[in-house]
Amino acid sequence: MSNWVEACTSNDIDEEDVMRFDHAGKTFAVYRSPDDEFFATDGLCTHEHIHLADGLVMDEIIECPKHNGRFNYKTGEAKGAPVCINLKTYPVKVEAGKVLIQLG
Amino acid sequence: MQAAALTMPTRRDYSLIGRDSQLAVESGLAAAEWYHTDIPRKQMKELMKRSDGPAIRDTAIWLGSMLIFAGLGVYFWGTWLCVPFFLAYGVLYGSASDSRWHECGHGTAFKTRWMNDIVYQIACFMIMRNPVTWRWSHTRHHTDTVIVGRDPEIAVMRPPDLLRVALNFFGILDVWHAMGDLIRNALGIVSAEEKTFIPEQEQPRVVRIARIWAAIYVATSALSLYTGSILPLVLIGLPRLYGAWHHVLTGLLQHGGLADNVTDHRLNSRTVLMNPVSRFIYWNMNYHVEHHMFPMVPYHALPQLHAMIKHDLPAANPSILHAYREMVPAFLRQLRNEDYFLKRELPPTAKPYREEFHGESVAAAAE
Repeated sequence: MSNWVEACTSNDIDEEDVMRFDHAGKTFAVYRSPDDEFFATDGLCTHEHIHLADGLVMDEIIECPKHNGRFNYKTGEAKGAPVCINLKTYPVKVEAGKVLIQLG
Repeated sequence: MQAAALTMPTRRDYSLIGRDSQLAVESGLAAAEWYHTDIPRKQMKELMKRSDGPAIRDTAIWLGSMLIFAGLGVYFWGTWLCVPFFLAYGVLYGSASDSRWHECGHGTAFKTRWMNDIVYQIACFMIMRNPVTWRWSHTRHHTDTVIVGRDPEIAVMRPPDLLRVALNFFGILDVWHAMGDLIRNALGIVSAEEKTFIPEQEQPRVVRIARIWAAIYVATSALSLYTGSILPLVLIGLPRLYGAWHHVLTGLLQHGGLADNVTDHRLNSRTVLMNPVSRFIYWNMNYHVEHHMFPMVPYHALPQLHAMIKHDLPAANPSILHAYREMVPAFLRQLRNEDYFLKRELPPTAKPYREEFHGESVAAAAE
């Protein structure tokens, strides 16, 4: 059974930006792309435990605020040093202005 | 500014695989959470915004000036007139490359990734820092800034080796070590210390780059021998010696004489207001507290960041001379007492952080 969890409303995130979402002891990052789509990944950089929500979104890239490691937040792909391990991504849907993440 | 001291049982062990490295991990100093001044997200996004314009302009001026100075130096080769042109060329090669390596390594100088990568490779070659090794060492420097046993980029260890510092104004020991590392890496050897911060999958790249650079230096030396002139080496390689002084002059100020083993960049880093020529060569890294606190902010936005958060930072040194007047006496005192350091005073409006590292009892222990 799918476990969709409400993370925020669609108005909570600017276009080409990210926000932090904590749930059940875990932290996630929720993104709004420049073309108004929503995505979600684990909230911490896979290099060191830094919150990606403090980083910079550029097109489909999230850059970690500490060491500038870059991921494609749509696929989770690590784009090169200092990040080597991909980011876990989660399905997202928007219903009635609410951003829902599938966590199980 | 006050003086302070931390009591430590034995001399510092700066080895990345030694006693203090282990202690830093056990005490939580390694990979700790560091202090950040609060900045609203919207303003932070504006500051972090990337653009190609400033770095394209500055890179054109940098490399264009190098071409002109090198051309004039070659033209006047054999006369004293070549000297000022090579001195200028040397600073752009052996000092400006330091800040270009740094900024492009962070990936913040240009918006376009490949531009960062190209300038990074060129600057790494000039400053004689393996681009793979130093990308990872600098990552560690930002994780564990001036944490003894963890930070591989501590320029002046305690007690300070002032002869080494003086020689490095002419790149002498740096180049000696860089050449040793280059030959070792070119032979396929990655040291135990390098392995502590370079992931295994990246290590073959260290060797590949070292072999390419070794080939360039061999070819340049061969050309010098063939032509019976030192000129090829004056253009490639030697500027890292005769042009190093400016990056050492400014680089020492980044953390020199300040606290170690703290988790607040306001206490272990120094912001120095400088003349515009030095700021161009140094690419605004004189705003060093700001850079460490927010490495995502490009060099061209650091003056704005400084204006925005200076209420929460120690007062900046107003000049290079002013900063040296506080740092050099601190180095001299550390010769007698390596626990001595310059304690940064935070303004009354600043938020304190982890005061156990800089509490009043510690300050009182200084004298």
